[in-house]
Amino acid sequence: MDLNKLLKAMLVALPIMALSACSSTSESETDAMGSTNGSGSELNGGGIQTGGVGAMLSAEEQQRQQLEDLRKQHIIYFDFDRSEVQTDFAAILEAHGTYLVEHPSVRVLIEGHADERGTPEYNIALGERRAKAVAKYLQGMGVQPSQMSVVSYGEEKPLDFSRTDEGFGKNRRAVLVY
Amino acid sequence: MKILAKWLALAVLLCTTPAKAALDIVITEGVDAARPIAVMPFVWQGPGAAPQAIADVVMSDLVRSGTFKPLDELGLPQRNIGTVAQFQANSWSSVGAEALVLGTVKPYGTDQYLVSFDLIDLVKAQNQALKGPVSATEFLMDSRQTVISAAQFRQYGHRISDIVYEKLTGIRGAFLTRISYVVVNHTQKAPYQLMVADYDGVNEQMLLRSPEPLMSPTWSPDGRRLAYVSFENKKAEIFVQDLYTQVRTKVSSFPGINGAPAFSPDGKSLAITLSKDGQPEIYIIDIATKAIKRITNHYAIDTEPSWYPDGKSLIFTSERGGRPQIYRVELSSGKVSRETFEGEWNLGGSITPDGRSMIFVNRTNGKFNIARMDLSTRFMQVLTSTRLDESPSVAPNGTMVIYGTTYQGKQVLAAVSTDGRFKARLPAGQGEVKSPSWSPFL
Repeated sequence: MDLNKLLKAMLVALPIMALSACSSTSESETDAMGSTNGSGSELNGGGIQTGGVGAMLSAEEQQRQQLEDLRKQHIIYFDFDRSEVQTDFAAILEAHGTYLVEHPSVRVLIEGHADERGTPEYNIALGERRAKAVAKYLQGMGVQPSQMSVVSYGEEKPLDFSRTDEGFGKNRRAVLVY
Repeated sequence: MKILAKWLALAVLLCTTPAKAALDIVITEGVDAARPIAVMPFVWQGPGAAPQAIADVVMSDLVRSGTFKPLDELGLPQRNIGTVAQFQANSWSSVGAEALVLGTVKPYGTDQYLVSFDLIDLVKAQNQALKGPVSATEFLMDSRQTVISAAQFRQYGHRISDIVYEKLTGIRGAFLTRISYVVVNHTQKAPYQLMVADYDGVNEQMLLRSPEPLMSPTWSPDGRRLAYVSFENKKAEIFVQDLYTQVRTKVSSFPGINGAPAFSPDGKSLAITLSKDGQPEIYIIDIATKAIKRITNHYAIDTEPSWYPDGKSLIFTSERGGRPQIYRVELSSGKVSRETFEGEWNLGGSITPDGRSMIFVNRTNGKFNIARMDLSTRFMQVLTSTRLDESPSVAPNGTMVIYGTTYQGKQVLAAVSTDGRFKARLPAGQGEVKSPSWSPFL
């Protein structure tokens, strides 16, 4: 877990360092200062700060780490009235697929959901089609059909109740539940 | 406006009665087009305070029908009369209403009341008054009396409304009916509740409560059972529940979707959607034997079956043309024909009881509204202008549609007359209200 945090910190820190290295305006430096001060805990601790470096990871370890991170994302979003898996979510599904192939005893439930547009009954069908699209994708990676089950909740379990376009987007989803 | 104010006052009164109404109607359109009618408060002929005001039930029924608007009782020329014998035609010559309802209530033994009412043709009375004195019975359209218990006041009020409505319009009244719907309250541990209430939202009763979604309640033709979808076992299953005995029967639990139940006109089977063989398809399941018969066979989504009143065909929603549209399948031949072509989507259809029109959800310019199509002329009319309309259910007399919509970010029920002129909203107290279904005549 610590390693993971460090890696994340590095991922954030490196581009910032790169950015500040590129820009020489005083404004960006004050911005950077401001954000450091804003974090607060260092100041409360009497001005003492610590730094560190990440452990050297082998390529294999790095990949594993990445997959583990990706697997923490378990929601795949869809376009309106569509059920094709978008390329944006390929990496997440690769991570889940790899894990499931490596652990054939693990089972996953794929929930399909829809936004609130259309009728509840039609949306049940649409939700199932989305969940099945995800199952098919994973099966293509070698995950056994017996490891996966599918349920559609249609528009019955929205994540977002705002009924705005943004909210609809959050509700059109498939969720991988272990 | 006066009528509206009066109606609002009435709604407030109804709220304060012990049988609390979760659904109070707000009429949003169509009051002006309604026909004026006079309803007198029924005269109490017993000691002490009068029991429940039966005329209020009649008045609110007539308002809700969208066809009538009762006049303000304070403006009526005669007060405190209960029978046609007390009616003086001459006094009513300037009243702009087509009919007058009046009646009496008197004690009739323990917990029993004798309710009498007369329906007077005001137009006829006014015409005859000009020709000189005539017998009052000449313009009496109907006159009845019955003995009821204290608990039956509302029910008998609806019965009077039915009679008045039918006498004046020629259409059977649907005031003695019920609605079922789903209430979702996410702040509670078991958020999903299946409810049933009188058609006006009064006498709300919970039939089932669940931590998992409840969907698609629909009435049996005898008005005694409801079929619905429950996810209580973490999957969609279809149940039939007896409203009186509370006995629940699991009818369908195949792998995948078990959804969109619709009772056949004989009440013996359900048209349902199953996805056990891959894509959602329409099946008919015999409720007693659980035998299933596949009706559609297409790689696209087929769902939302609904019966023609003659039981010989179904309509259903299919994506076989690329977008959801409504199709008809003849059960004897299996022949499928497309029914809707206008608009981007058409789905969730049902045929009106007279078999002449279809009510469904139409999507045009991205907006979902309730629409009606005349089946002979194919003329389509969008009836509503509310947001995210779904789940239309037609009253058994075909005059009104109840549906689910969104108002101020919340799911609520609304009603629209099948001619599109009358529109009303039924706001809920707690949580979201959805999936309304109108009962048959009870």
